[in-house]
Amino acid sequence: MSDFILETAGLSKEFKGFAAVSGVDLKVRRGHIHALIGPNGAGKTTVFNLLTKFLPPTTGTIHFEGQDITTEAPAATARRGLIRSFQISATFPGLTVLENVRIGLQRKLGTGFHFWRSEKSLDALNGKAMELLESVDLGRFADTITGEMPYGRKRALEIATTLALEPTMMLLDEPTQGMGHEDIERVVALIRKVSEGRTILMVEHNLSVVANLCDRITVLTRGSVLAEGSYEEVSRDPRVLEAYVGSADINDAHH
Amino acid sequence: MTINNNGMFARATPLLFGALFIIGLVAPFAVYPTFLMKILCFGLFACAFNLLLGFAGLLSFGHAAFLGTAGYACGMLVRDLGVTPEVGILGGTLAAAILGWVFGVLAIRRSGIYFAMITLALAQMVFFFALQWKATGGEDGLQGVPRGHLFGLIDLSNNIAMYYLVFAVFCAGFFIIHRTIHSPFGQILKAIRENEPRAVSLGYDVAKYKLLAFVLSAALAGMAGATKTLVFQLASLTDVHWHMSGEVVLMTLLGGLGTILGPLVGAGVIVSLQSELADKVGSWVTVIMGVIFVLCVLLFRRGIVGELQALIKRAGIN
Ligand SMILES: Nc1ncnc2c1ncn2[C@@H]1O[C@H](COP(=O)(O)OP(=O)(O)OP(=O)(O)O)[C@@H](O)[C@H]1O
Ligand SMILES: [Mg+2]
Repeated sequence: MSDFILETAGLSKEFKGFAAVSGVDLKVRRGHIHALIGPNGAGKTTVFNLLTKFLPPTTGTIHFEGQDITTEAPAATARRGLIRSFQISATFPGLTVLENVRIGLQRKLGTGFHFWRSEKSLDALNGKAMELLESVDLGRFADTITGEMPYGRKRALEIATTLALEPTMMLLDEPTQGMGHEDIERVVALIRKVSEGRTILMVEHNLSVVANLCDRITVLTRGSVLAEGSYEEVSRDPRVLEAYVGSADINDAHH
Repeated sequence: MTINNNGMFARATPLLFGALFIIGLVAPFAVYPTFLMKILCFGLFACAFNLLLGFAGLLSFGHAAFLGTAGYACGMLVRDLGVTPEVGILGGTLAAAILGWVFGVLAIRRSGIYFAMITLALAQMVFFFALQWKATGGEDGLQGVPRGHLFGLIDLSNNIAMYYLVFAVFCAGFFIIHRTIHSPFGQILKAIRENEPRAVSLGYDVAKYKLLAFVLSAALAGMAGATKTLVFQLASLTDVHWHMSGEVVLMTLLGGLGTILGPLVGAGVIVSLQSELADKVGSWVTVIMGVIFVLCVLLFRRGIVGELQALIKRAGIN
């Protein structure tokens, strides 16, 4: 088996002639926490959309665990164990917190099309669902309507729902965006915990999070890979510093 | 009763359903049965439509096609092939389900207004087919459909007997809808309606779930249409006309979209208004319906049942 769980070759996406992503060769090593960083509009979310098949690439290929998944349907890719989160938290707001996690667990039951069966049959999943909720510290919110929870908790719920699928690889699009200091710490700890035994690719603007969490970093600007390496390597790269001129983020991140 | 789990409604619901069931049983002795049968047929039609719009979030603007096709199919089976009424109803339901599958396959990957437009266009094709084909009787419709004997035994020309058949069909349809909403499938449907990309990212083939919802809704709309043909001994172009597709939207919104009882209430109000006003104001009825529609959309979006639920909820909290 290859060391790389996910590989793209020449991945490109054009929107009406505008190249949002061009010629990206991304290799993510199994077991790594890999960061994808870059300024606003660099094409990070578009790369995620391509990897998870929410958008078809204009050219290029995507291999996941050695299989070519370039033309697969998004739900089929998800079933392989490559699960994404969204830049803006993605939950089912009208369902309870417990029901949200159960949606993740439910597919394995194979009763998804059983319209004649009582929903009480889903109670068999409650134990496992509670376990997952406890693991992200949401146990006591099980019966809360999800839409009524604060943002940080929704993000935690999103991760619990994703974990329900036992993904081999998780793609997290700015998991700490819009969060206060405490929430960030909680989410970072959570990501570290769930990264055991799986691969994570994450988009992250907060560079101190990247510095202390990620094994490897790819820097994207204007749709292309500018640099790749460890945090030390990337943060010393003059081209990267230039791309970040004005933001000065990359230096602050050490503190 | 609402989309959300709500303890208070959950506890009150069996009582309410029980009370309504008893009312349904005694109603034909107090109210003109034909009128009640009309409400139940349209009520089931609207409930079926609500399953799709209220619980799957899909706006079909071609549901008359299912009501009408099932009506014609049932009429032909019973009148021209001489089958018993229950077989006619099943046959009509099946015809609508098949047509629903065809519509669904063609429309389901589109969303929003495009989905509505495709269903409308397909329904118009069904309308012209019904208008042109000899077997459906063109502008005259399919007349003189005998009610026949249920299971070959019970004479349905008796209005009370016919009423109880219609009531049974309604209850069966209503039960199927209720169960569907509260099933593992219903749970995924809710998830898709709440956040479709997320459902996809969790590995659900959303198109297949929507298709099943569409076929179920079409089949139940067909069950209503087939039953209606037996009641009025007639299948006509009115049932496949796009007016009918609009009327079911109105009934559902007026009664309360996404509430389990709303569509029945909405159907009751519209059918009553139509029969009350038809003699008095003639074609102004259409204008009045339009005004109701506008008021409904502007002032009480939750519909009658939805607003009542909100009232009860508020009273419960205070
Ligand atoms: N569906 C689309 N149609 C047209 N242009 C798009 C589309 N999606 C993204 N773009 C454009 O592609 C570019 C990259 O967008 P993308 O969302 O991938 O950036 P990003 O790196 O995720 O930025 P951010 O940090 O702001 O989230 C932007 O210029 C955006 O306007
Ligand atoms: Mg983005």
